[in-house]
Amino acid sequence: MAFLEINQVFKRFGHIEVLRGIELQVERHQVVCLIGASGSGKSTLLRCINALEVIDGGEIRLDGDRVSGRGIDVDALRQEVGIVFQSFNLFPHMRVIDNITLAPRKVLGMNHDEAEAKAMALLRRVGLTEKATDYPDRLSGGQQQRVAIVRALAMDPKLMLLDEITSALDPELVAEVLNIVRDLASEGMTMMLATHEMGFAKEVSSKVCFLHQGVILEEGPPEKIFGDPSEDRTREFLKRIVDAGRL
Amino acid sequence: MLTYRAGAVASLFFPPAGIPALVHSIRAQRLAEKGDIELAREHGEKARNWAWYSVGVGLTVYLVAALVGLLFANQGSVRVVYFAWSILTDGSSWHSMIKGFWINIQVFLIAEVVVLVWALFVAVVRLLPGPACRPLRFLATVYVDAFRAFPAILVVYIVGLGLPQANLPLVGHLSDMQYVIFALSLTYGAYVSEVYRAGIESIHWSQVAAARSLGLSYAQTMRFVVVPQAVRRVVPPLLNDFIGLQKDTAIISVIGVLDVVSRARFINNAKGSLTAYSMAALLFLVVTIPFTRWLEWLQNRRQSRTQGGR
Ligand SMILES: Nc1ncnc2c1ncn2[C@@H]1O[C@H](COP(=O)(O)OP(=O)(O)OP(=O)(O)O)[C@@H](O)[C@H]1O
Ligand SMILES: [Mg+2]
Repeated sequence: MAFLEINQVFKRFGHIEVLRGIELQVERHQVVCLIGASGSGKSTLLRCINALEVIDGGEIRLDGDRVSGRGIDVDALRQEVGIVFQSFNLFPHMRVIDNITLAPRKVLGMNHDEAEAKAMALLRRVGLTEKATDYPDRLSGGQQQRVAIVRALAMDPKLMLLDEITSALDPELVAEVLNIVRDLASEGMTMMLATHEMGFAKEVSSKVCFLHQGVILEEGPPEKIFGDPSEDRTREFLKRIVDAGRL
Repeated sequence: MLTYRAGAVASLFFPPAGIPALVHSIRAQRLAEKGDIELAREHGEKARNWAWYSVGVGLTVYLVAALVGLLFANQGSVRVVYFAWSILTDGSSWHSMIKGFWINIQVFLIAEVVVLVWALFVAVVRLLPGPACRPLRFLATVYVDAFRAFPAILVVYIVGLGLPQANLPLVGHLSDMQYVIFALSLTYGAYVSEVYRAGIESIHWSQVAAARSLGLSYAQTMRFVVVPQAVRRVVPPLLNDFIGLQKDTAIISVIGVLDVVSRARFINNAKGSLTAYSMAALLFLVVTIPFTRWLEWLQNRRQSRTQGGR
C-alpha cells in the first residue's frame, strides 16, 4: 500500500461537483505536482487531504490509516500533514518566532526554549534568523512565505501540501521560495504541490498529475506529461501555458 | 471661478472674510475680461478661499453669539440658575459632589472589567460550533436580545430593588453598589458581546484554516489566533460603549446610592439652584475627555505596532 492513498474521492460544494472520483497514490519521498486549469480542483484536493474540507465520497489513507470520514481525529492528522497556502496566512498579531512556535508548544507540548531553538534552526535554514522578532507585516511576500513554510515544518510533518505558494509573489521573489522547496525535495520530504510554475514542476517532481474538471485525467513522470502527453486536453492546457510564456 | 455676485453674498454673510472674497472676485472678473486668465484664476482661487472662511468662521461666530445671548437673556437668569456663584465657590458642596462622583467612578471601573470578561464569554458561546452546542447558543442569544431591549434603568430597578426583596440565595444580600454593578454589567454585557462577535466574525476564515491546519483545536484557535486579533479590532467601538457606561453610572441614583447625581439633587433641594447639576456635568466632562483621548492613544500605538498581515 502506498504512503498516501486517495481512492474515488468526491467533493461537492452545493450542487457543483468539484472532485469527481480522484484516484492517486503517493509513495514516501515522492514529490507530486498537480497541474490543471483554474477551478479544476487542485486546492480542493489538497484541502481534503488534511481535512480542511470534508469529502462526500471515497476514502483517503495516510500511512495505512484512514484519515477521511467519520470518527477521525483531525487534529492528529493535521500534525502529520503540513499545508502552506497561496496567501501565507501568517498570524499578524504574533512575531515571526511566535508564529512558528505556537503549534509545537500548544499542540506537541514542547517547552518554550526547545520550541524556540528549533524555530531558530529552521529560520537559519531559510536565511531569516534576523527576522525572528519582527511582525509579519514587516516582511516581504517571499520572506512571509518562507516563514509560513518554516511554520509548517516546525511540526515535523510526514507530508507537506503546498498550494500555489508562489502565485501571490512578485516574480523576483519566486526563486527564494522555490529554492526551499527544492531543498526539501532533495532531503526526501514527501510533498504534493499545486503549481503554475511548470518549469519547476518539471524539475522537482517524481510524478505530475493533470487535473481536469475534478478528475486526474493523466498522470506520469514529468518527461512524459510535459514531453509527450497522451491526452488532447493535457496538450491543450500545456500549449496555453507555453503560449503564455510560462514554460 | 467665483462670480462677484457670490462674492457679494459672502461679504454680507460675514464681512471680515466676505469683503476680501468680494474684492478678489471683482478683480478676477476684470482680469478675465482683459484676457489675463492666469492671474484671474489666482484671484478666483483666493476669492473662493475667503468665501469658505466667510461661511465656516461666520457660522461659528453667530452660533456662539446666540449661545452667549441666551446666557445673558432675562437679566442673566441662566447664570443664576445654572452657575450660582455662592454654590460654585462653596468648598463643602464640591467635597460632597466629588465624594459622590468617586462612587460613579468605582462603579464604572469595576463594571468595565466585569463587562469585558463577561461579554467575551457570551460572544464565544454564541459562536460555538456544532449541533451539540445549539441550546447554549440559543440561551446566549436570548440573553443578548433581551438585555439589549430592556432600558438600563429598568434593569437597575429590577436587580437593585427586586433581588433583595425576593431574598434569593447568592444574589439576595449584596450591597447597593454591587447590585448596580451587576445590573449595568448585564445590560452592557449584551451590547459589548455583540461588538466582540462582530470582531470575531471579521477575522478572515483563512486565519482559522491556517491555525487548524497546524493541528490547533477549535478552542486553541479561538484563544491564540482569532480572539486576540478580534479584540484589537474592536477597541474603537468598545470605547464608545464604555463612554456610554461611564455616563450611565448616573442611573444608580434611582435606587438610592449616594452617587454624584443623588448628591446634586440634595444640594438642589437645599439651595434651590441647579448649579450642583452643572457641577456634576463638569465632573463627567473632566473625566470622560481624557479617558477617550487616552484610549485613542493606546489604540494608535498598538495599531502602529501590528498592522496588516494576511
Ligand atoms: N468553499 C467553497 N464553496 C463553494 N465553491 C467552492 C469552494 N471552494 C472551491 N469552490 C469551487 O470549486 C472549484 C474548484 O476550486 P479550486 O480552488 O479547488 O480550484 P483550483 O484548481 O485550485 O483553481 P486555482 O488554480 O484557481 O487555484 C471552483 O469552481 C470553485 O469555485
Ligand atoms: Mg487553487
